[in-house]
Amino acid sequence: MGKVWVYAELNQGNVTPTALELMAKARELGDVEAIALGAGAKAAAATLGKHGAKVVHVNEDAAFDDFIAEPATDALAALHKEQPADLILFGFTPDSRDVAGRLAARLEVGLISGAGDVAAKDGGFVAKVPYFGGAKLASMKANKKPAIVLVRPKSFEAKEIGGTAEVKDLNVTIDAGSKRAHVTERVVEASEKVKLEDARVVISGGRGMGGPDNFPLLEDLANALGGAVGATRAVVDAGWVPYSMQVGQTGKSVRPGVYIAVGISGAMQHTVGMKASKVIIAINKDAEAPIMKMADLGVVGDALKIVPALTAAVKAKKR
Amino acid sequence: MTSALKIVVTVKQVPDPNSNLTLEADNTLSREKEVVLDPGDECGVEEGLLLKEAHGGEVILVSMGPEKAKDAIRKGLSMGADRGVLITDPQLAGADALLTARALAAAIKPEAPDLVICGTESYDGSTGMVPPMLAELLGMPQVSFAKKVEIDGSTIKVHRQTPDGYQVVEASTPVLISVTAAIAEPRYASLKGIMAARSKEIKQIGLGDLGIEKGEPAETIEGLTEAETRKAGSVIEDDGTAVDRIIQLLVEAKVV
Ligand SMILES: Cc1cc2nc3c(=O)[nH]c(=O)nc-3n(C[C@H](O)[C@H](O)[C@H](O)COP(=O)(O)OP(=O)(O)OC[C@H]3O[C@@H](n4cnc5c(N)ncnc54)[C@H](O)[C@@H]3O)c2cc1C
Ligand SMILES: Nc1ncnc2c1ncn2[C@@H]1O[C@H](COP(=O)(O)O)[C@@H](O)[C@H]1O
Repeated sequence: MGKVWVYAELNQGNVTPTALELMAKARELGDVEAIALGAGAKAAAATLGKHGAKVVHVNEDAAFDDFIAEPATDALAALHKEQPADLILFGFTPDSRDVAGRLAARLEVGLISGAGDVAAKDGGFVAKVPYFGGAKLASMKANKKPAIVLVRPKSFEAKEIGGTAEVKDLNVTIDAGSKRAHVTERVVEASEKVKLEDARVVISGGRGMGGPDNFPLLEDLANALGGAVGATRAVVDAGWVPYSMQVGQTGKSVRPGVYIAVGISGAMQHTVGMKASKVIIAINKDAEAPIMKMADLGVVGDALKIVPALTAAVKAKKR
Repeated sequence: MTSALKIVVTVKQVPDPNSNLTLEADNTLSREKEVVLDPGDECGVEEGLLLKEAHGGEVILVSMGPEKAKDAIRKGLSMGADRGVLITDPQLAGADALLTARALAAAIKPEAPDLVICGTESYDGSTGMVPPMLAELLGMPQVSFAKKVEIDGSTIKVHRQTPDGYQVVEASTPVLISVTAAIAEPRYASLKGIMAARSKEIKQIGLGDLGIEKGEPAETIEGLTEAETRKAGSVIEDDGTAVDRIIQLLVEAKVV
């Protein structure tokens, strides 16, 4: 069995859910070692151990949190030089993408991005990647070592299996030459009561909502159902709602119990972020919209009429 | 403080988002049909032009693609960019992200720009991996997901979009940024701009000029399968019972 690394991205000192999803897959593929960098890395090692890491390489240098990509690239490259990995898994998240791309270029190995699955094959690794507008899946074989694969969030289910990881200090000096893109401030705009990624019910709106003034209709329904509101890129780009609400290829991946797509056509770049939802309901005035072909229930009609009626019905049901 | 900026914008020609993609026999995407300048890169060109207008300097467009990709460069030139460089070589057909980044880096390095602007991800490749690779190969820091940029002397200040808001990131030039569509609304090329673009230089170079070897591909496509599609459920007209049907489904899913 090969040596599989999981780059365990931390968020404010906590292991991100995506890192734990990667752990679940990594366990099937080889001996798992995780790399945790920045504040909270040592504490994170315990969680990673419970998810199957045999070894967790840690370094709590503040540079990992304060500077984009380069310090982490240095650390991974240094570790790889000492004890090479066969496969390195990253989450397809904004921060990990930057690190993975740099690392691949530095090691001259290339990488496979946006994968939905990874498998061991003939001593190497093959990843499944959406291709041709998402209509097809390509099996991409990594020809170099290490294979670097960026996996979309929510591709696997995280599962704790118990265990304790050996914690090793990752020795690397981050010099000034890598402290260049300095994060000087963090601004949080998302004011969601329920986090989109964790919500049991997601109600997303698209251009068919007609305008930003109608989005409160979705908020009302979300409140009644205890869910969160999402959106398509079309309405985010139009400035109706913030990017934090965007679902899809360049936004968030969600996997709720119920996803209600309102006034959304169902472009592949949107559906790639929600098609793993258990139940999909679509409300669209066009019976031929692609979203109708993947919904468990498609309702053809005017969203602006149906949504308020639905909210009222949900409230009545709860009484 | 303003000092003139040398700005490189990477621009890719992609299939027109409003037309259908086709697959070649070797599983590469056909780019020969209707093609346009990548809408994401159009935003990059716009931001480059805005910065040039504010600080003075030069905007150079660099693209890798077939000869036809000159059209994409020409589009950016008609918006106001100064000149273009096209890397074209039969060996580069179907190039992966690393080879693309290597070729772009080799073409950009001699320009010694203060700023390189890329799109976040291309419309057809969409791996978003060229920008970080390019930054590494150019030895520059990268600030991704840039939605607002200010430059003061050699200091650049970027609002970097994050999943729940944004970060303020500071760096010194030379630096590479990859921009989101929120950065700037691309301008229309004026008739004057279109006329002027005709006489602007587009330098064409090949792999040999860049002194790089193609090398073995970092990854290969072993096969294609149909993506798993969800089964269509029922589609109903909203005849007054639709809300009840939805409620029924919500009850079955145990969310009400
Ligand atoms: C590289 C790249 C990345 C992308 N990433 C993403 C991403 O992360 N997320 C994303 O969502 N998109 C993404 N896109 C964009 C995507 O391709 C689509 O353009 C977008 O999802 C369309 O949004 P929409 O469904 O809101 O709008 P439209 O496609 O315009 O659809 C609007 C729908 O509303 C319906 N409608 C209109 N009026 C009503 C009414 N009164 N009642 C009910 N229905 C009505 C219409 O029938 C139509 O089906 C990306 C594109 C590219 C090129
Ligand atoms: N062949 C190319 N020529 C010029 N720029 C490119 C090319 N491929 C990618 N890029 C740049 O890199 C960005 C991200 O593309 P990608 O990594 O392919 O998703 C694009 O928006 C372009 O700015």
